[in-house]
Amino acid sequence: MSEPQSPRTSMTDAVTTGGAEILTSSATDLVAAMEAGQVSSVEITQACLDRIEAVDRQVHAFLTVDAERALRQAREVDSRRAAGQRLGPLAGVPLAVKDLFCYQGMVTTAASRMLAGWVSPYTSTVVQRCVDAGMVILGKTNLDEFAMGSSTETSAFGPTHNPWDLERIPGGSGGGSAAALAAFQAPLALGTDTGGSIRLPAALTGTVGVKPTYGGTSRYGVIAMASSLDQPGPCARTVADAALLHQVIAGYDPMDQTSIPRDVPPVVEACRQIDLAGMRLGVVTGLSGQGYAPGVTQRFEEAVAALRGAGAEVIEVSCPHFEHALGAYYLIQPAEVSSNLARYDAMRYGLRLDDDGEHSAEQVMAASRGAGFGAEAKRRIILGTYALSSGYYDAYYGSAQKVRTLISRDFEAAWATCDALISPTTPTTAFRIGERTDDPLAMYQADLCTIPANLAGIATGSFPAGLAPEDGLPVGLQVMAPVLCDDRVYRVGAALEAQLEAAWGGPLLASIPPLGAAAKEDVR
Amino acid sequence: MALTPDEVVRLAGLARIELTAEETAMLAPQLDVILDAVATVSEVATDDVPPTSHALPLVNAFRADRVRPSMPAAEALAMAPRAEQSRFRVPRILDEGAQ
Amino acid sequence: MSSWTTDDLMDYDEVMERFDPVLGLEVHVELSTASKMFCGCSTDSDADPNTHVCPVCLGLPGSLPAINGHAVESAIRIGLALNCQIAPWCRMARKNYFYPDMTKDYQISQYDEPICHDGHLDLEVDGQSYRVEIERAHMEEDAGKSLHVGGSDGRIQGAAFSLMDYNRAGVPLIEIVTKPVRGLGAKAPAVARAYMAQLRDIMIALGVSHARMEKGNLRCDANVSLMPKGSDELGTRTETKNVNSLRSVEGALSYEIRRQGAVLASGGRVRQETRMWQESGEYTIAGREKSDAEDYRYFPEPDLVPIECSASRVEELRATLPELPAAKRARLAAEWSFDETEMAAVLNAGALDLLDATVTAGAAPEAARKWWLSELSRRANEAGCELSEVGMTPVQVAELQALVDDGSLTDKLARQVIDGVIAGEGDPQQVVASRGLAVVSDDGALGAAVDEAIAANPGVAEKIRGGRVQAAGALIGQVMKAMHGQADAKRVRQIILEKLS
Repeated sequence: MSEPQSPRTSMTDAVTTGGAEILTSSATDLVAAMEAGQVSSVEITQACLDRIEAVDRQVHAFLTVDAERALRQAREVDSRRAAGQRLGPLAGVPLAVKDLFCYQGMVTTAASRMLAGWVSPYTSTVVQRCVDAGMVILGKTNLDEFAMGSSTETSAFGPTHNPWDLERIPGGSGGGSAAALAAFQAPLALGTDTGGSIRLPAALTGTVGVKPTYGGTSRYGVIAMASSLDQPGPCARTVADAALLHQVIAGYDPMDQTSIPRDVPPVVEACRQIDLAGMRLGVVTGLSGQGYAPGVTQRFEEAVAALRGAGAEVIEVSCPHFEHALGAYYLIQPAEVSSNLARYDAMRYGLRLDDDGEHSAEQVMAASRGAGFGAEAKRRIILGTYALSSGYYDAYYGSAQKVRTLISRDFEAAWATCDALISPTTPTTAFRIGERTDDPLAMYQADLCTIPANLAGIATGSFPAGLAPEDGLPVGLQVMAPVLCDDRVYRVGAALEAQLEAAWGGPLLASIPPLGAAAKEDVR
Repeated sequence: MALTPDEVVRLAGLARIELTAEETAMLAPQLDVILDAVATVSEVATDDVPPTSHALPLVNAFRADRVRPSMPAAEALAMAPRAEQSRFRVPRILDEGAQ
Repeated sequence: MSSWTTDDLMDYDEVMERFDPVLGLEVHVELSTASKMFCGCSTDSDADPNTHVCPVCLGLPGSLPAINGHAVESAIRIGLALNCQIAPWCRMARKNYFYPDMTKDYQISQYDEPICHDGHLDLEVDGQSYRVEIERAHMEEDAGKSLHVGGSDGRIQGAAFSLMDYNRAGVPLIEIVTKPVRGLGAKAPAVARAYMAQLRDIMIALGVSHARMEKGNLRCDANVSLMPKGSDELGTRTETKNVNSLRSVEGALSYEIRRQGAVLASGGRVRQETRMWQESGEYTIAGREKSDAEDYRYFPEPDLVPIECSASRVEELRATLPELPAAKRARLAAEWSFDETEMAAVLNAGALDLLDATVTAGAAPEAARKWWLSELSRRANEAGCELSEVGMTPVQVAELQALVDDGSLTDKLARQVIDGVIAGEGDPQQVVASRGLAVVSDDGALGAAVDEAIAANPGVAEKIRGGRVQAAGALIGQVMKAMHGQADAKRVRQIILEKLS
């Protein structure tokens, strides 16, 4: 394996400012250090803020940073800890939030010109749970406009750069959150996943990302893209950290009537159980072969071997309808988008153009929407409008919903033979910025492996599987488990992490090239 | 089936989006390619397959009929492009609406 | 705005000779739930603008609807009262259209899966029975209110801009849609009015809506088209909005029937359009042209899960239905032995429940009817208030009648007692006591008064002695006057006849 030679050295190099250990530590370790009195939340938060200050000009992971508010929260947690209060398992840990989550008093833009400067008057359930758990909100991360994209290039505020190679995309839509983790700007981040927006960036940045079972986390206060598919989830550098964040944010919320009134699966416990004895994993046969980069295939196969090494039985499973998933997704999702994005009409909030007394409300709406939405948003809104319009509904939207049934049936059949399914997370490693922007269909192909899970609402996650030999860029392995079996995703992820890190001699991110002074001038 | 620029204009009208001529010219062939690619769904969507609208088979999620505090009007209007007399001010409306 | 119209109108009877009107009524019922359909904001309609709003009903980014279970129950109970089938499984749907009063630019409604469908309502108009078939009753949310500024009379046309208040946005509505109603002939407007009146009474009986048309709790869109006699082909219909009273329902339909008749008779074509009823001038004006091709791009609402209603749940809810107005009317008419005319008078006066309560409190139906429909109706009329707000309760009316029945009061005295009760002097007994209105039943006092009257009118007394009993009236009048009316005239007559026999 051509993995990092001496991970610890290169990781230290990556951090040019002080607090290197703080920045590279897992959230789990940070909490232990805070509990032991070795470090304070203020110190951790300040280290993250310094790191953002130092490298975000290159990475552009953040759209908004509120240092003052973050430090105030950190001080508060520190004083509560000093007073001996019992705190949650992530109290005092900084968090980066995808700019799709409403957070009262903070600008929330969905990376759209339409919402530039919009200050949310309320807080999403998921962020509220993080705040209640004593987490420190650093700010908002970049994304594709309204989460519509696979590269974070459609952001109205400029793309995010992959910390592994600043000329490449970090995946999307949640590229900002994943890049913030890979650039050691934050130990944890929030994402949302509609067709792969958590998993794809995780795979392309060598981080961990989990899409919970649909209904496992509340969508209340998360700007909607495609309501029947969207799901908030955790982004982290380690599997255990992801599970801790999952535990904090998950669970029934009466404000979201599609959330499931059941207990959160035991995700944290699942990470401690690193052997996979008795577990049967199914490799999805259709998600491989042509169109998959050799390095992706190679690392995936090695990861499968590692999972066998952890005690799993691995079989092949065929899911015949997965080939239609992309088609169904790119009908259902734009259809829901076309309706969800209607409210951005310049009447109550957001961008308003041509309000000169001459133009009518109808004209002002059309002009504002024409100027406020980017090309991809317009493309999807019009595509969705078409898919829902009378005369085409049955052929497009109706058929897509039937395919959704067929995909669920494929999963049901798979669960009869295995406990979880695995595949590469994405067919290729990170491509270059600008490479696919003129070819929507090529862009959509990035979601090939991740989409079936969204259509069926099942639990899924992406975990680092190594670096592709040909380009030295991260490859992800995707785990898919039945509805409300999110713990299985973590169990497989944790076992893979343990196996591979033992082989590599440390975490994958230890080998990321350094960002900082040397690279500062030639990028952006 | 081909999507004409005229049809794109009609759809953009339905979606209340003003498009430039260049945008329309660019969008029509792009949408065509996408529609071609996704059209295969109708091949497998036979009559015996029921559609799925919701990812999970949950039913009957209801809220109790209890009043909760509303936002102060000032907060509701804070982000309005224009406000007057505690109301959202919008440009003159031509259409009478659908209801 | 002018108060006249340039529309050509055909004589109503002439229209009826040549055409059959076909009706379609869409009624929106605003439910009287405490909170809105999809959020916890109050439904109170009298609040200051934009004070009953939240992220959900303002359609802020990221907010989600949470459906009000009580509203769903109300929908089902309305459906049952309208003899509808209840869908065992249904979904909400999004109706997509852009409009400034609709905060999400889609309305959460129902499309091809209404919660109630295929019902009917039986009506009686002028002694004739009619059945209006109900196609569906579905749930949806109301829109905000617009204030059009800078035009004439606050109308949308010519306004410079509009001011939006979203307090009403998200208030639960039930839309009840009839199937096309045919064969009504000249009675069509009257049947429509009776339909609205009965819907209103049902909503009140169910306790699901305040059902006040003038407040917009009950709104009617009245569709009508004309079918040439002998033809089976439906004509082009118009939809008249802004019909906010029972009288308007009848007026707007009569007007449209006459207008369309004139258009068709002159060889023209009726434009498929919405019309706005102008209450002040009693005519309709043309609104937007309506095409069948409106593309609302309905699809199942992904933010809300489906609604399942088992047969046992339907029966549970059916058991909560009160006696419905039509059934109650029929029962009471039989119990009270009122004929059609008498019953119609009671209903027209809005006195059914008052009578019912008065009878329950012990009065005879005939007596209850007499007080409410004459004396009390007159006073309510004078005061310009509802009969129920006249200032006297059914229990008080029953008490009054009991005093008449036991001879303590004459009708004339009773009217004075009513004065006292309405003036707030207490219950009838208290008024009788405080005003000293009881009938004088002391024969000694009455006898003395009779003696005086005989002495003062020897001629009359002579006639009575001579057998002309009817002459006693003159003496009775004298005695009653002397007793300030507080005597029982029958008893006075008896005493006179005894003394002069």
